[in-house]
Amino acid sequence: MQIARETLLRSYRAMRTIRMFEERLHVEFATGEIPGFVHLYCGEEASAVGVCANLTDNDTIASTHRGHGHCIAKGVEVAGMMAEIYGRSTGVCRGKGGSMHIADLACGMLGANGIVGGGPPLICGAALSHKTLRDGGVAVAFYGDGASNEGTTLESLNLASVWQLPAVFVVEDNGYGEATGASFACAGTQKARAAGFGMPYIECDGSDYFAVHEAAGEAIAHARAGKGPIMLHVHLQRWYGHFEGDAMTYRAPGEVAEAKRDHDCLKLFRERVTQAGLFEDSVLDEVDAAVTDEIEAAVLQAKDDPLPQSADLLADVYVRY
Amino acid sequence: MSKKSFRQAINEALRQEMRRDPTVILMGEDVAGGRGGSANTQDAWGGVLGVTKGLYEEFGETRVLDTPITEASYIGAAAGAAVTGLRPVAELMFVDFVGCCLDQIMNQAAKFRYMFGGKARTPLVIRAMYGAGFNAAAQHSQALYPLFTHIPGLKVVIPSSPYEAKGLLISAIRDDDPVIFLENKVMYDVEEEVPDESYAIPFGEANLTREGDDVTIVAFGRMVGMANEAADRLAKKGIGCTVIDPRTTSPLDSETILECVADTGRLVIVDESSPRCNMATDIAALVAEEAFDTLRAPIRRVVPPHTPVPFATVLETLYLPSVEKIEAAVTATMNYRVTEKV
Repeated sequence: MQIARETLLRSYRAMRTIRMFEERLHVEFATGEIPGFVHLYCGEEASAVGVCANLTDNDTIASTHRGHGHCIAKGVEVAGMMAEIYGRSTGVCRGKGGSMHIADLACGMLGANGIVGGGPPLICGAALSHKTLRDGGVAVAFYGDGASNEGTTLESLNLASVWQLPAVFVVEDNGYGEATGASFACAGTQKARAAGFGMPYIECDGSDYFAVHEAAGEAIAHARAGKGPIMLHVHLQRWYGHFEGDAMTYRAPGEVAEAKRDHDCLKLFRERVTQAGLFEDSVLDEVDAAVTDEIEAAVLQAKDDPLPQSADLLADVYVRY
Repeated sequence: MSKKSFRQAINEALRQEMRRDPTVILMGEDVAGGRGGSANTQDAWGGVLGVTKGLYEEFGETRVLDTPITEASYIGAAAGAAVTGLRPVAELMFVDFVGCCLDQIMNQAAKFRYMFGGKARTPLVIRAMYGAGFNAAAQHSQALYPLFTHIPGLKVVIPSSPYEAKGLLISAIRDDDPVIFLENKVMYDVEEEVPDESYAIPFGEANLTREGDDVTIVAFGRMVGMANEAADRLAKKGIGCTVIDPRTTSPLDSETILECVADTGRLVIVDESSPRCNMATDIAALVAEEAFDTLRAPIRRVVPPHTPVPFATVLETLYLPSVEKIEAAVTATMNYRVTEKV
């Protein structure tokens, strides 16, 4: 499948941005300056970016606890995200949401979600809006293997099929729901679950951007064509713990090292495009340098930005009261 | 103007708002009813008690959406549709079923605006039946409005008559916040004069249905009718009651309540919901804090006992507040005398 050079470069930049954003957060969190919980997406970048490269601002996504990657892939401003995570009034949610609730409706990002399984029902609603308003949009629910067992998710697969919604259900399967293995917690297979609700199913290797881009392209085209919902099962690897501070005692020694060595989506992407002669290493190095500067600036800015004021405490509970 | 039932008033509000605004859609279990049934009838029920009957016929399947019996997915879908451009009115049927989908109301719809830094609007209405008096027992009879009132971000409406229901539902549909609209199932056949044209009753403005000098009665939903009847009986005995129907518990018109209590010096609160942490305790706290020095007698609450709603008629009658219980509470507060302690 041919992917435009411009798309490839944009995707590389998005993946690199997610990686550096997250690795920086990993370091910054350890300093104790970041309040609350942070759940890192590192290692899974090709999934968010491969899917979102097939979407426009008119399409909608809903995300998970591990939402930074989806936000960046969907176009949420990095500086605003960083400020949000630092709890600053300049944050994309004005310091009211934090890492677990970053949303930007203007670019179709319906929110990370603090509730496992919170997103799929919302995506049925967004898909219903696209269908009813006939705006050509599709709605994509990202959820993990853990959330695939929530009743809300299973109900949503059913509802989306019953209503023939333009919805794509993307299972990001990193093999762990918090600290419990999917092999223990998920009965049957995701494929059988899709079949159980009369829904087509595609799976792909989440460390391979090209595989995700192609599979997601097919899934999204299916939904966009009015053929109803579809499930995309992405196999991927989580490099850090469920949350920052998680020592990952439930993972075998060497598991993460192997993921980094053999399944690093950024490394694989670079090898693929340079070997194919699409890009010189120097072009990608320039992207890396620009992203490094961008993240550095975002962190410095976030630390310097104003904290919310006491009046903000009561603001925006309602539109009108 | 003609006489309309509570059920007809709600139906008319929905119909008029759906005609006015093409983004208003209905969804819920059997809101049309009959889809997929052997009779091949597409408008068989209009909801389990017939409130939405005829709307499928007029607006069709893109505006009136039957759902599977899956509250979490379709209430969540209603929330998702609301933040992305539609104005859904979702019927939860019996409010007791909120246990199946509370996350979508409490953690999603109610919090979008605040969590997203003021950038979301969630013009969602959830209609549900509440209340005892139908022998529907513990899982179909609760009055859970305090539960919703407790959650910031939700507006909570409890209409007390057909006229109120129509005007308040129109406001609910036009509101840009999530609104819980609670209909007392015993009231669907109650009739009164209701204007044919569209009208909106604003939220947060209490209605004084009776005015008197001696006692203030605050009552919600179906209890307003009982409070009025008690006030009429008490008037014959020379006791003047002001009856306040707050209409909405969130926002709550505290000002009117405090003003009336300042005038009468006595307060009785009638609340059909379970007695711990309910509207009666909330208003009692408000008055104790803000208007203690205007009180001439202790605040009295006419509320059910702290028990699930029973099935048998004799027990359900004992459970519910009644005109007699309200009358007794008012009489007791009138008879209260401070006795000096030695």
